[in-house]
Amino acid sequence: MSENCLSPTRRGLLKAAAGSAALLAPGVFLLAAPSPSKARPDDTATDSSVRWGLLVDTNRCDQECTACVDACKEEMGLIGKGRPATDAQYIRKVELAEPKTGFTRSLPMMCQHCSNPPCADVCPTGASFKRADGIVLVDRHICIGCRYCMMACPYKARSFAHEKLEDQAANNPRGKGCVEACTLCAHRVDAGIVPACVEACHAKGRGAMLFGDLQNPEHAITQVVAQYPTSQIRADLKTDPGVRYHGI
Amino acid sequence: MPDLVFKELNAKGTAFRALFVILAGLFLIGLGAAYYMEHSGHWVTGMTNQVVWGMPHVFAVFLIVAASGALNVASISSVFGKSIYKPIAPLSALLALALLAGGLAVLVLDLGRPDRLIVAMSHFNFKSIFAANIILYTGFFGIVLVYLWFMMDRRLKYKSSGPGTFAFIWRLVLTTGTGSIFGFLAAREAYSSAVMAPLFIAMSLAFGTAIFILVLLTVCAIDKRPLGTVLTERLRVLLAVFVAATAYLALLQHVTAAYWAGRVEVVAFVLLNGGIYTFLFWGVQMGLGTVFPLALTLVPRLRSHATLAFASVLVVLGGLAQTYVIIIGGQAWPLTLFPGYEVESSFYDGIVQSYAPSLPEILLGIGGFALALLIVAFGMAILRFLPVTLADAQIDPHAKKRLMESEEAVETA
Repeated sequence: MSENCLSPTRRGLLKAAAGSAALLAPGVFLLAAPSPSKARPDDTATDSSVRWGLLVDTNRCDQECTACVDACKEEMGLIGKGRPATDAQYIRKVELAEPKTGFTRSLPMMCQHCSNPPCADVCPTGASFKRADGIVLVDRHICIGCRYCMMACPYKARSFAHEKLEDQAANNPRGKGCVEACTLCAHRVDAGIVPACVEACHAKGRGAMLFGDLQNPEHAITQVVAQYPTSQIRADLKTDPGVRYHGI
Repeated sequence: MPDLVFKELNAKGTAFRALFVILAGLFLIGLGAAYYMEHSGHWVTGMTNQVVWGMPHVFAVFLIVAASGALNVASISSVFGKSIYKPIAPLSALLALALLAGGLAVLVLDLGRPDRLIVAMSHFNFKSIFAANIILYTGFFGIVLVYLWFMMDRRLKYKSSGPGTFAFIWRLVLTTGTGSIFGFLAAREAYSSAVMAPLFIAMSLAFGTAIFILVLLTVCAIDKRPLGTVLTERLRVLLAVFVAATAYLALLQHVTAAYWAGRVEVVAFVLLNGGIYTFLFWGVQMGLGTVFPLALTLVPRLRSHATLAFASVLVVLGGLAQTYVIIIGGQAWPLTLFPGYEVESSFYDGIVQSYAPSLPEILLGIGGFALALLIVAFGMAILRFLPVTLADAQIDPHAKKRLMESEEAVETA
C-alpha cells in the first residue's frame, strides 16, 4: 500500500498515535512516552501497574519487509543452523490471504504475552511464567524441556533449543534442551528501550509496530487501542494477549 | 479354592536366561539411543518445533496407560470380589508397576533436560495437569506397592480389598489425568475434548489386559507352568469387552468433533485424507487392532491360547497405532490462528506438519518396553508372584465337574 492511499482509519490512527512524526521516527514511542522510558532499577521488582503491549498496524506492514525478524535474530543471538524445522524463531512474518476475495495481509507473529498464558498454566515446574508487567518468560533454570508449553501455546510462538548453542548473545542466555520464545526484549524494556523488532520496524520498515504500556492513558498505544478497532488473535480462547493487531 | 503354592521363576532355565539377556540388551540399546539424542540435541530426532512430541511420547503414553490397565486383574479380584482371579492378582500388580516405570523412563529420557528430574519433583505448578500427573504417577507406585504387600503377605492377604479399592480409584484418576494432558489443550482442534479422559481409561483397560495376557502366557510357557482355560477364557472375554469399548469411544471422539463446525476438517484429516494417519486409524487401530482381535476372541471356534496371544499382540499394535494417531496426528494438523484465511510463513503455519520417526526415538521406546519386562522378570525371579500351576482343577474345583456336565449334555443332545 502506498503512502498516498491512506485510509481514513489509518489517518486517524496516525493522529492518535501522538502524531505522525512520532510514528515515523525510529524508536521514539518509548522515548516520547513518559513512563516506559524510565529504566527499572535492577533491585526493583516488576509491578502490575504496567502492562507492556504491542500494537501492529497490518496496513503498514510490508510483505517484503523482514526488519523485525532480522533484528530479533541479531538481538537475541539466534544463529540458525540451516535447519528450518528445528531452528528457533521468536518472531516470524505470516502472510494472510482470503481465498474468496483475494485480500492479503502480512504481519509479524510472536509470543502474544497473554494475561492468561496457556503455556504458564500447563508448565509442570512453573518455568513458564508471567511477570507482573505482563511479559511472559521461560525460567531456563527450571525448564525441564518437556515441551508441554509448546503443545499448549495457541500461537505457535515457542521454540525448543534443539542443539548445542554457540556465540550466544549476552542478553539472551539460551540452553540446549530448554524452551524459549520472544521475551518482548525484557532486557531492553527494563533498561527503558523499546524492543528490537519495534526499533527496526521504525528504522528500516514502515513503522507498523507501536510499543507501550496498555494501562497508561498517556501512552500512544493505549490511546489508539481505545479509539480504533484492534484484534486479538484467537480472542475466543480468552488469553487476553498483550499484542494487538489493527487492519485484520 | 485349594491352597495354591506360589513360587519364583526358575531363573536358571535357558529360556528365562535368553529372554533376560535379550531384554537387557534392548534396554541398554534404548539407553544408548537416549544418550545419543541428549548429547547431540533433539535435532537428530524426527521431532521439530512443529511436532514437539514424537515417538518416545507414543511409547511412553502407551506404557503409562497400559500400566493402569494391567492392574485390572488385581482390581477384579479385590474390588469386585471375583476370587478366581486371586492367583494371578500379584502378577498383575507387578506388571502395572513395571509398565509405569518403563513408560516414565522413556518420558524422562526424552526430556530436553533429563538431568533436571529433581526439579520436576520439587517444583510444582499445581495448575498444570502435568504436575498433577507427576503426583499421580509417584502415588501409584506407593499405593500399588502397599497393595502388593497386602496381597503377598499371608497375614494381610485377607485384608487386601481396602488397598485394592484405593489403588483401583487411584488408577482411574491417573488415566483421567493422562487423557486430560490432551483433553485440556484448548488451542488444538484434534484434542480439547472431555472424551479424551474416558477414552484413555478404555484404552488402558484394553492395552493393559492385552499385555497381561501376553506376560501370563509367556511366563507359563517358559517356566512350564500348567495353564488351564478357566482363567484365559475370562481374560479373553474381558479383552473383547475392553477392545470394543475403546473402539466405541474412539469413534465417539471423532463423531463429537465432527458435529462441531470448526473441527470437521481435522476429523476428515484423520478419517479420510490424512495419509499415514488415516491408514493407521482404519488399517491398524480399527482393522488389525479392533476387528481382528474381536473376531479372534469372540468366534467360539477360534478359542485357544494361541489365538488369544495373537489377539493380544494385535491389540498392542493397534494401541500403539492409536496412540500415534492421537499424539502425532493431532500435532500434524496445523493450528488455526486466522480463521477464514490461507496462511503461510517460514515457521510452517497453515500446513500439515510432517514427522518422520527416527531410529533412536524408536529404540528408546522399545527400551522402555524392555525395562518394564525386565522388572517383571527380575521381580518374578526373586519373589513368589505366581502359583506353580494354574491348571483348571487348581484354580476352580468345580471346573472338572462343570466340564463333565457339559460333555454329558452334549452326549444327551
